[in-house]
Amino acid sequence: MDDILQLKNVSKTFGEVAALHKINFEVGANEIVGLLGDNGAGKSTLVKIITGYHPPDPGGEIYWKGRKVDHLSVAKARDLGIEVVYQERALADQQSLWRNIFMGRELTNRWGVLDLGGMRNETQKLMNTMMGFTSAAVTPDSVVKTFSGGERQGVAITRALYFQAELIILDEPTMGLSLSETKKCLDFVEGIKKAGKSAIFIDHNIFHVHPVADRIVILDRGTIAGQFKKNQLTVDALIDRLQRLAHTGTLDISPQTAA
Amino acid sequence: MNSAIEAEAKRPQAPAVRRHPLARWARRYALQIGTVGVAFVIWLVFVIAAPTTFLSFNIYNALLVTTPYFAMVAIPLTLVIIAAEIDLSFGSIMAWGMTGFDVVYLNTQNFWLGFVACLLFGLMAGLINGLIVVKVGVPSLVATIGTQFFWAGAVLVVTNAQGIGLTFLQGSILHEGLVGRVGGALPMQFIWMIIIAIIVWFLLNRTQFGAHVFLTGDNVDSARLMGVNVDRVKITCFALVGLAAAFAGFVQSVDLLFFWPTMGQGNFLNTLAAVFLGGTSVFGGTGTIFGTFVASFIINAINPGIVAAGLTQYYTQVIYGFIVVVSIALQALLRRRLS
Repeated sequence: MDDILQLKNVSKTFGEVAALHKINFEVGANEIVGLLGDNGAGKSTLVKIITGYHPPDPGGEIYWKGRKVDHLSVAKARDLGIEVVYQERALADQQSLWRNIFMGRELTNRWGVLDLGGMRNETQKLMNTMMGFTSAAVTPDSVVKTFSGGERQGVAITRALYFQAELIILDEPTMGLSLSETKKCLDFVEGIKKAGKSAIFIDHNIFHVHPVADRIVILDRGTIAGQFKKNQLTVDALIDRLQRLAHTGTLDISPQTAA
Repeated sequence: MNSAIEAEAKRPQAPAVRRHPLARWARRYALQIGTVGVAFVIWLVFVIAAPTTFLSFNIYNALLVTTPYFAMVAIPLTLVIIAAEIDLSFGSIMAWGMTGFDVVYLNTQNFWLGFVACLLFGLMAGLINGLIVVKVGVPSLVATIGTQFFWAGAVLVVTNAQGIGLTFLQGSILHEGLVGRVGGALPMQFIWMIIIAIIVWFLLNRTQFGAHVFLTGDNVDSARLMGVNVDRVKITCFALVGLAAAFAGFVQSVDLLFFWPTMGQGNFLNTLAAVFLGGTSVFGGTGTIFGTFVASFIINAINPGIVAAGLTQYYTQVIYGFIVVVSIALQALLRRRLS
């Protein structure tokens, strides 16, 4: 599998604190990577480097589809097709669905006038195909405040896919969601896989990451403690090993032997 | 997939409600319909309380003459408030623009140049508001209270607190074009109010800038993350208010054929009241130009309404203040109920 994103030897220090230390991390084409780690493990620093928010320390290299990327910025990352979906900051609550889908990338005609009909039609199509909103009560003009947590994540993921994101970063998308909403949200994550795109799925909850991830990467105190292909390890074995990591500081990275 | 998640997901969903297109239309324009409803009720109260006044043409003629003085500012001010900022300095900018006219006209004897200077002075004052708020990071409430005093003081310094007569403008194209009568009846300033409303409505609802005004006011973080140039949006909003305030100040001065250096100070409450009564949320993210347009007439009818109903004029301020507090309180309650 060709990697779309590769980080080589990436470190990040803030003053005296080493948030990341010589990380080698990659995401394959059409791969969902689950990123697990305790608070302070360096998950958000890693995400901020990938999205161009922080530059890595000198010596670290970032490759996109095999090509080295220098001076990655937020705008450059977006142009490459890297899109982040934040739980709280994804949507403008009081605005309609179509305004949220086209947020910052509104369609205009050749005189620069908003193409309202075009945006409503596209939104309706996305609702029928990707979002699975079948209720007649929901229209492109529905205000997203009325949507549930899972639906809101779905809107943000749909938006990213619609605008040709190649790599979607999901920052704790299931946090605070009910069970049924989590299911909806995970369905959308599977939708990313079906659409042939890649994702980095960051979450505390192993039960949410494990079913949808192809590979799980465990970050611990700024380094990658280990990684597993999903079929190498059951959820229970993974939890067991993470607990031992917390106690002993070392992770058993051997593939699980058949019981 | 997890069994508990599956089970929860299989729970029956609420049945879909299919709404009549008319009901959908009413839902989409609920804010505007509400404003028109309020306007109608208040009008009805005035007609019952003072039928001779409110059933004669004169009162409506007077409203068409004077409402544009502040409505031309209230309309672009709606953009600032939708973008979750506020501008309290528009009153002084009205006089500051006329100070620009004063200075340039006295030096060139060309009132067209003076008119252009007036607009530029207003635009500059608005841009400065925007830059202080966006680039320096001062909350707009505080920043524009400061500039309100600053420009008011600057006007008095430059004019030496002396008003100037503008009778030389009488009969000029500028006078006729701004405050003349169409067909001998309809005041030109009302036409200009409509033109400004159409321009601002178009900006808000049909351009990318307008879409970004809504997003900026609703969730400034997500707007920024999605690539909206939030700073430019806010500065543009402040600049438009500055420009419009100078224009409104010019129109008012030309109509009265006199420039009072304290002009605009009396427009503070009615302008803000028009925006809030028109349904624009003080919390940002929602609001309509139509609402501000209609509410401006309601606000302006309150003063003659009170007088015609036999009360003293002093009640006007009480009622303006009441309207501002009640409309903002209603928005706060509505917001709490929805979240």
